[in-house]
Amino acid sequence: MNQVKQKLKGFMQHKEAWAVIGILIVLLFNVFFSPKFFQISFNNGHLYGSIIDVLNRGSSLVIVSLGMCLVIATRGVDISVGSVSAVGAMVAVFLLKSAGMAAAPAILCGLLAGLACGVWNGFLVAKLNIQPMIATLILMTVGRGIAQIISGGQILTINSKAYAFLGRGYVFGIPFPTIIMILVTLGVWLLTRKTSLGTSIEAVGINETSARYAGISTTQILWIVYIICGLLAALSGMIESANVSSADGNNNGLLLELDAILAVVLGGTSMDGGKFYLAGTVIGALFIQTLTTTIYTFGVPAETIMVVKALVVIFVVLLSTDRVKNAFAKLTERKKAGVENAG
Amino acid sequence: MLAKLRIKNTALAAAVGIFAILFIAGSVMYPNFLSLRVLLNLLINNAYMIVLAGGVCFTILTGGIDLSIGAVVAMTSMIAASLLRSGMNAYLVIAICLLTGVVFGTVQGLLIQYFGLHPWIVTLAGMFFARGACYLISVEAIPIKNQAFYNISQFKLYLGPGRFISLNVIVALVFLALCLYLAKFTKFGRTTYALGGNRQSALLMGLPVARTKILVYTFSGFSATLSGLMFTLYTLSGYGLNANGAEMDAIAACVIGGVSLYGGIGSLFGPFIGVLVAGVIRTMVDFQGTLSSWWTKIFVGTLMLFCIVLQAVIVEREKARKADAQQKKRKKKEPAPAELAEAKS
Repeated sequence: MNQVKQKLKGFMQHKEAWAVIGILIVLLFNVFFSPKFFQISFNNGHLYGSIIDVLNRGSSLVIVSLGMCLVIATRGVDISVGSVSAVGAMVAVFLLKSAGMAAAPAILCGLLAGLACGVWNGFLVAKLNIQPMIATLILMTVGRGIAQIISGGQILTINSKAYAFLGRGYVFGIPFPTIIMILVTLGVWLLTRKTSLGTSIEAVGINETSARYAGISTTQILWIVYIICGLLAALSGMIESANVSSADGNNNGLLLELDAILAVVLGGTSMDGGKFYLAGTVIGALFIQTLTTTIYTFGVPAETIMVVKALVVIFVVLLSTDRVKNAFAKLTERKKAGVENAG
Repeated sequence: MLAKLRIKNTALAAAVGIFAILFIAGSVMYPNFLSLRVLLNLLINNAYMIVLAGGVCFTILTGGIDLSIGAVVAMTSMIAASLLRSGMNAYLVIAICLLTGVVFGTVQGLLIQYFGLHPWIVTLAGMFFARGACYLISVEAIPIKNQAFYNISQFKLYLGPGRFISLNVIVALVFLALCLYLAKFTKFGRTTYALGGNRQSALLMGLPVARTKILVYTFSGFSATLSGLMFTLYTLSGYGLNANGAEMDAIAACVIGGVSLYGGIGSLFGPFIGVLVAGVIRTMVDFQGTLSSWWTKIFVGTLMLFCIVLQAVIVEREKARKADAQQKKRKKKEPAPAELAEAKS
């Protein structure tokens, strides 16, 4: 019993704990109320089921959240990801439709657009020393305008099968977005945990001045994280737009920045920068998607998702605050004391 | 202190200058632009935004933010429309709406202050909550047919033949005066600035930091519902997608008006000017006729960039000036007490 307690305590020490617990609670809820959630079937060489759906639909959020995680680790925030994802999708779809480009170069151009957005944000934050939230606020407002101007204010639809594969394709029965998600996660993990980049990012987030004195080129690091974030935002935007074979400058990636920030914070990374948790971020993003899918499977009106999301987020974040933790600690101590007294 | 004053004034002066230049440019470019009617319409169309920006400005001054305000505007319109549809007295509805905002804001403030949560996260959740609540009430738009409410909305103050301002404008101007008064002449206002300047010193000075931090969110929630009521009077319907992205417009207005998002710097007059600048740009795009409405976004964004860079440059220059002054003092070896105090501030 004590050993279990010790292990539990050890588990709770992990920053990722709350995201894991959140996902477990939602899954447990499904075990009791909708066992169908766990059914996985194999049709036409494709995997089907709610779990697969979570991994499929959640992949674009995971991809954005990973970029956001790195930015938040430097004590920044990129609130332009929603607009950047719209720009990336619009560039790719526009080139496919109007310029008659093939899918692969169009996607590459979409990524380049994301890269350009990242360079711009990085320039404002790293070179001009503007507070990240303000700096990215500019692109957040302007980005949608740019996307609209590219499309002439219309929703562009295309029927390129190659492009649609990005969002709807299957490889060995696994949804293609899920594969991209796994590859991106792996890539970001290798880049930050197997090179010194991760440590440098954390150093910048903890104390930029000391990081500079320690010989880290903080400008370069900041620039790199915003570029990665822009690239990943554009990629996720293209996945989303490929899924519906269209691009809508007004509604693509709407409120994406908020979901991404939530995923990162739920995953244990502090908004104050410093240590970042990639696994936690992935779990946090999947948690948000699991919650959404669960609500959908219950046939609850889709619009109520926001209320549930809000309450869950506040609940989870509250549990991780010191005040609540202390209150819990006191409660258990009192219980212990009570047991001893009785004994 | 002096440095701060200078930053505030330069940025605000720049905003006023931009407004003047834009208005003059509009008058030169388009006939009929230079008229009282355009100016009054500017106020009528943006009255709700003036209130919204003024409220959020207090949270920004403390170094926080309130992202829920746009959603609260929509929620207010939904609550008002649904209650009016059920036949409730219009004045009672207004009172209930304002109370909702006060409670909503206070809860957010409590979560931020008492549990030490990040304002971004709390107000983000608040935003989701308020938008979701709209759809819980109804997914579709609710028209308002209440006679008393309609009468309130039709109130006009004539300034001359055919030239009038609506009730919303009067409320917005009174609200602006209230904001200026709160910021300049009350303990609440001074504590707000102190909080944004340096929370630690504000605490050590014995200022009511905790209470003020909660109160700014209460005030922001109140102003958001007030703004929501004005928006409802303006459109005479409730809809969950109302004021989508209004929080960003309000924050942009603060930035253009010279309020620093770092907290502690800025005049309450700034958001007002910021809203008018954005309004003039929209009017010019309308007058142009051939430009589509999303050009407004690009112009406002570019202007925001200009203001932000200007702020950054001013801050850098002040830093350099201070460092210079300090160096001079070291050369003197025996600094005068007054100079020392200034260097410390």
